[in-house]
Amino acid sequence: MTAPEKQVFPGPVLNHHSGKLLIGTRYWPTEIWRRPWSLPRYRAGALWLVGIILGIAAIGFGIGELAVWGEKILVWLGRCGLPAPAVAWVWVLIKLCCVIGVIVANGLWAVWWERKISAHIQSRMGPMYAGGFHGWAQTIFDTIKLLLKEDVTPAAADQAMHLLAPIVAIAPCIIAFAPVLFGNELAAAKLDMGVLYIFAFASISVIGVVMAGWASGNKYSLLGGLRAAAQIVSYELPRGFSIVPVLMFAGSLDLAVIDRAQAGYWMGCIPRWFVFYPVVGQIAFLFFLIASVAETNRTPFDIPEAESELVAGFHTEFSGMKWSMFFLMEYGYVLLSSFLLAVFFLGGGASPLPWLVGIPSWIWMLSKAMLMMFVFLWFRWTFPRLRVDQLMDFNWKFLLPWSFANIGLAGVLVYLHLRGWGLR
Amino acid sequence: MKSEALIVTGPGLEMDTMFVNLGPQHPSTHGVLRLGLTLAGEVITKAFPDIGYLHRGTEKLMEARNYHQCVILTDRWDYCSAMPNNLAFCLSAEKLMAVAIPPRAQALRVIMCELNRIASHLIFLGTYGIDIGAFTPFLYAFREREMILDLYEKCCGARLTYNYIRLGGVAADIDSDWVAKCREFLEYFKPRLDEYDTLLSFNPIFLARTQEVGLIPKEAAVGWGLSGPNLRGSGVSYDVRKSEPYCGYEAYDFDVPVGTHGSCWDRYFCRVQEMRQSVRILEAALTKLPSGELMAKGLAKVPRPPAGEAYAHVEASRGDLGIYLVSDGGVAPYRIHVRAPCFINLAILQEILIGKKVADVIAVLGSFDIVLGEVDR
Repeated sequence: MTAPEKQVFPGPVLNHHSGKLLIGTRYWPTEIWRRPWSLPRYRAGALWLVGIILGIAAIGFGIGELAVWGEKILVWLGRCGLPAPAVAWVWVLIKLCCVIGVIVANGLWAVWWERKISAHIQSRMGPMYAGGFHGWAQTIFDTIKLLLKEDVTPAAADQAMHLLAPIVAIAPCIIAFAPVLFGNELAAAKLDMGVLYIFAFASISVIGVVMAGWASGNKYSLLGGLRAAAQIVSYELPRGFSIVPVLMFAGSLDLAVIDRAQAGYWMGCIPRWFVFYPVVGQIAFLFFLIASVAETNRTPFDIPEAESELVAGFHTEFSGMKWSMFFLMEYGYVLLSSFLLAVFFLGGGASPLPWLVGIPSWIWMLSKAMLMMFVFLWFRWTFPRLRVDQLMDFNWKFLLPWSFANIGLAGVLVYLHLRGWGLR
Repeated sequence: MKSEALIVTGPGLEMDTMFVNLGPQHPSTHGVLRLGLTLAGEVITKAFPDIGYLHRGTEKLMEARNYHQCVILTDRWDYCSAMPNNLAFCLSAEKLMAVAIPPRAQALRVIMCELNRIASHLIFLGTYGIDIGAFTPFLYAFREREMILDLYEKCCGARLTYNYIRLGGVAADIDSDWVAKCREFLEYFKPRLDEYDTLLSFNPIFLARTQEVGLIPKEAAVGWGLSGPNLRGSGVSYDVRKSEPYCGYEAYDFDVPVGTHGSCWDRYFCRVQEMRQSVRILEAALTKLPSGELMAKGLAKVPRPPAGEAYAHVEASRGDLGIYLVSDGGVAPYRIHVRAPCFINLAILQEILIGKKVADVIAVLGSFDIVLGEVDR
C-alpha cells in the first residue's frame, strides 16, 4: 500500500458549531500503523526531537559548568559592600529560591510531559491547543485555574488538620532537595551525610498523607491514608537497603563523593557507573527503582489513590491549591528519585562516552534524571495495579531479603577489591 | 500470593466494622450499581447489590407501542451491544407471526451481531483493565471499537442505538466498499488481539490480581443461572448459538471457548477468545454473503401477530438474552418479559464477595461485565 491517499470513508471532521474543519483526513488506524514513517508529520516530529536534543547540548556547551557560575555570583555579592552575614543570608535565599523553583517548574513540566507521554502511549495526541506548540502552556493555565478554584473543606472534615495536611506533605519534599546534586558540586547544601538527610526528610511526608486521609471525614480517604501509611513505611526499608552497596563502593554518604567515585571508564569505553558493576549494581538499581516507584505512590503501586477502588484515595476531598500541593509533592518525589537514581547508579554528571566530556555535567545529570523520570511515567501507563496484600508480600518476602543478600554480594566485591582483585 | 483473606471470628474477637457505599456514583461500578459493603478493615463481611437506579420500565412501555416502535426501545437495554437486543425481540415476534427471513438478511444479522460482540467485549477488556489499574488497554480497545462504530455508521447511520434489525429482516444493505472495509478491520484486528495478550492478559500483575479471585465452581454457576462468558468461564460449554442455533448459526464453524476454574481471569479470557471466534464467523459470513431481499415479503405495515405466546433467546454479548412475548392479536404486545443476562449474573455477587478485599470487589464486579441499562431495563 502506498502513502495513504485522502480517505473518503470516515470523512473529514467538522466543528458542529462553526463548521470549521477540524481534521481533514481521519485515517483509519490501519493506514497509520502499517507504515508510520510514510506520514510526513511523523518524520517532521522525529526531526524536531533530534533538533531539540542537539539544541540542548549546544546550549549546555555554551553555558558551561553551573557550579562555576555559582562561585562567580558569590564573589560578586561579596564585592557589593554587604557585611559577611548578610551575604550568607542572601546566598541562602538565592539557593532556596532556586530549589523551590526547580520543584515548581518540575511540577509544570512533569504534568505536561506525563500527559504527552500517556497520550502517545495510548495513541492519542494529548494537549494540543493551549499555548500553540503542542499545548506547552496547558499546565500553566491549569495552575491558574487551580489557584482560582474554590477551596472546599467538607463539613465532616477536621478543619485544622485538613488545612495542615498538604503543608506537612509538601514541606519535607522541599527540604529534602537541599543536598541533591544537579551537576558536579552543584547542590544547595554540601552535606557529608546527604543520603541520610534526604531519606530522613523524604519519609516525613507520609504523615501529611495519613493526616489527609484521616482529616477528610471520608471513608475512602481513610482507607487510602491507611494504605499509604502501610505502604510507604514498608518500602522505606528496601529502598534504604538497596543503596547500601552503593555506599559501600563509594565509601561515603556524601552525594558529591558518590558522584566522583563513578568517574572514568573501563577499557576506555565502559563508564564506571555503579549500575555496570556485575550483578550487584543491576540488582541494587532495580530494587531502588521499584522501591522508589512504591514510595512515590505511582502505578503499579498506587494503591493509596487507586482511582478505580478508592475514587482518589487520600486526596479525594481536596480541591484547588490544597490538592495541587499533593500533586506537587508526588512529582517532587518523582524528580528526587530520578536524581537519586542518576547519582547513585548512572554516574551522576559523568558523560556516558569519553568523547562527550565537553558537555557540562548538569546537562548529563538532567538528562539522566529525565530518562529515569520517563521510566516512572512509562511504568504508570503500562502496568496494572497490585493489591494491598500482594504489595506487602512483594516487599517483605522478596525485596527486603534479596536486598540483604545483595549487601552480602557487595561485601564480596569490596573484599575482592581490597585484596587487589577488584574492578578498579 | 494467596488471595482469599482469612476472617478470624469467635467470642471476643468481633471487629469494628465499617459500612461503605460503593456506588451509585463510583468510578468502577460500570453505571449506577450500588453495592452496600460492610468492611472489617479491608475485608468484606457483608455485601448487597442494590439496583434500580436506571429503571425506565421499557417492558411496560412496550405494551403501549406497536412492534416496530418496540424495537427502538430494545436498543436501550444493553446499550453496549444493541444488535442482539433487536434480534431477540424480532425473533420472538417473528416466531409469533411465522415469517420466513430472506437469507441475505439472516447473514447480515449474523454479521452485525458478531461485530457487536467484538465491540462489546472490547469495552469489557478496556474497562476491566481500568478496574485492575491499567489505563492504556482502554484506549486501545476504544480505538478498535471506533472502527466498528464507523462501519455501523456507514451501514445504518447510528453508532450506538441502531434499530437496524427489524421485524422481517434488516433495515439497510451493505455494499462492496463496506465489505472491503470490514475485511480490512478484521485483518487489522487479529494482531491487535495478540497485542492485548502481551499487554494485559498474561501480565504477571494482572494474573496475580485475577487468577485466584472470584472463583465460581461449575455447580454454583449453573445454580445461580449465570450465562454467557460468565458461565463458560466456569467450564460449562453452553452457548445458544450452538444449542439452539438461530439466523443460520449452524452453518458457521466456530468453537465455544471455556475456562477451567471460573476465576475472574477465566471469564476475562473467555471473552478474549470469543473475539477470535467472532472474527472467524465474520470472515466466513463475509465470504459467503448471499444476495437477495432484505425484508420478508407480505409483512403488514403495522403488524398484528396472532394471539399467542412465544419465547426466543439469543446469545447476546453478555449471555443468554431471552424475550417472552404474549400477544392478544392487537397492534401492541400484551405482555413482554426480558430474561436479562446481566440482571441474573449480578445476583451471585452477594455470595462470592464475602471474605474478599475491597480491591477484589472491583476485580470481581468488573469480570461480570454488567450493563446497568439491561439490569434495570
